[in-house]
Amino acid sequence: MTISSTLRQQEPGAPLHTISKDPFSGLRVAITGGTSGLGLALVRELSRRGARVAFVARTRERVEQVAQENSGTHGIVGDVAAKNDIYPIALQITGELGGLDVLINNASDLGPTPLAMLSDTECEDLERAFATNVFGPFRLTKALMGALAASAREGRGAVVLNISSDAAINAYPGWGAYGSSKAALNHLSRIWNEEHAVENVRFLSLDPGDMDTPMHAAAIPDADPATLKRPEKSAHELAEAIAAVLPGVNASEDVVELMQ
Amino acid sequence: MLAAVSAVQRPTDAKLLVVNCEKEIIHVPRTAFVDLLQPNDLVIANDAATLPASLSGVHQQTGRRIEVRLAGRPSLNPMDVSRFSAVVFGEGDFHTRTEDRPLPPALQSGDMLLLGPLRATVAQVLGHPRLVSLHFAGSADEVWAGLARHGRPIQYSHLQTGLEMWDVWTRIAGLPVAFEPPSAGFVLDWHVLATIREHGAAFATITHAAGISSTGDEDLDRLLPFDEPYQIPDATVRAVRHTRHQGGRIIAVGTTVVRALEDAATADGQLRSCAGLAKGKIGPSTRLRVVDAILSGTHEPGTSHYELLRAFVEDSTLERATNELSTHHYKTHEFGDSVLIASCKSC
Repeated sequence: MTISSTLRQQEPGAPLHTISKDPFSGLRVAITGGTSGLGLALVRELSRRGARVAFVARTRERVEQVAQENSGTHGIVGDVAAKNDIYPIALQITGELGGLDVLINNASDLGPTPLAMLSDTECEDLERAFATNVFGPFRLTKALMGALAASAREGRGAVVLNISSDAAINAYPGWGAYGSSKAALNHLSRIWNEEHAVENVRFLSLDPGDMDTPMHAAAIPDADPATLKRPEKSAHELAEAIAAVLPGVNASEDVVELMQ
Repeated sequence: MLAAVSAVQRPTDAKLLVVNCEKEIIHVPRTAFVDLLQPNDLVIANDAATLPASLSGVHQQTGRRIEVRLAGRPSLNPMDVSRFSAVVFGEGDFHTRTEDRPLPPALQSGDMLLLGPLRATVAQVLGHPRLVSLHFAGSADEVWAGLARHGRPIQYSHLQTGLEMWDVWTRIAGLPVAFEPPSAGFVLDWHVLATIREHGAAFATITHAAGISSTGDEDLDRLLPFDEPYQIPDATVRAVRHTRHQGGRIIAVGTTVVRALEDAATADGQLRSCAGLAKGKIGPSTRLRVVDAILSGTHEPGTSHYELLRAFVEDSTLERATNELSTHHYKTHEFGDSVLIASCKSC
């Protein structure tokens, strides 16, 4: 899986005719779980490329810190697993960005840590994984569907990226709560994509790979970070996959490979 | 008419009164709305999401409890959320009819209102002890966060339970700029939109900051609707043009859509994509330039919404419709039944 990183880079000093506008320039993007790991890498990648980014996370101090470090981004404090947080989050996203073009449901819960066999998994841990990985994205996407469809009607494109995992496909012992919830999210994505294709709202479910993130460290504490993917690399690949389904950009072979 | 007392957007037994081109009145289940569409018709709805525009708090100078209902804004610019016009009530909540709510303490420019995490200064009292312009302190993001955490949707005393945000956002709700829900749009869900397309008809939207529908104060209600900002996207202008070319009808879902489209139309009926401020009132003397029919809630004579319906058909037909709504036990208010009225000129 390789994606060229040179195609749409803007070079300030280059002659005018070689500058192509970054497809994320001016795009309104919301990212959940935006203060660590892949989410943080996505906030940095997309805001660097000119997107107007709102990100959501639970801890106020972290949200304020990340917003300060990435000027122009909008930090929103909220928990996608909490039903009563969804509309306040949706209001701030659409209010602060003036609409929405891209939603990235990235916030995820691993289930029990350390990982446990399903028969040893507490119901509460399973429920928390589903609340974050399934019901949160379901509720937030539903609340934001009007804004996304409006963007599609206006020809700006509308994309929902749900962060998936190879654990959504393969039956890895110990990954029951995470894997089954990501499998459910994967299937939601496929059905949403069928149902809203006519409105030109596209749904992607993509596996970013095994990355050197706090979540991976919680799952496999003794993994050698050198063998893991940098979240910045995954963020860049995911951005390219989104760009490929925006209006006026053709999907490349690379991106098709990424999709499950 | 009876008040609809449950906050259900699409009750399965919702009714629709239709005034057709021949000025006949027929009654159908509201779910049959889509069957009344013809190929090439264009359905246009207001895709504004609803703000949690009710803010409880304290008038700092007197320490007395107040409720602020945000009622207007000069533009739809997301970063321009420091200035609002607002209607202020004295203590109490939605269980008391607005007609019976006490006045707020005497407000003066410069007064500070403490509204949960939000701080607002009274910029001006606008000729009525309840009506003020406010200036919120803080950045745009802080105001949005304060509204999200502290605000509640404007409530209605005729409902059995308090309204939550999910009760008032239509399925198509996008930009949060309405002060009360554009409730005619409750008719629509994603399945209905799919069915509209299956009928060969089309769907488009405008965004209009629907203001408050009534304040309970006769003097203030005479000023309604306040000026309301709106925007009409390119895609909608193109769809209207295409529809006319094909001989289809423009069907507005709700009074706000009529207000925006008619405000934006030039004298010869041309529409352009624009951001505007709907100022005028629409009534019996208005010549409709864009809209051929309106799908709306049921409205009582004397309200500004009823006045707008008078632009579509003459009074005698509307009076017959009002009588039929009553004898057929139609429900009124935001979560009530609906009417579909074709304008005389569309026939």
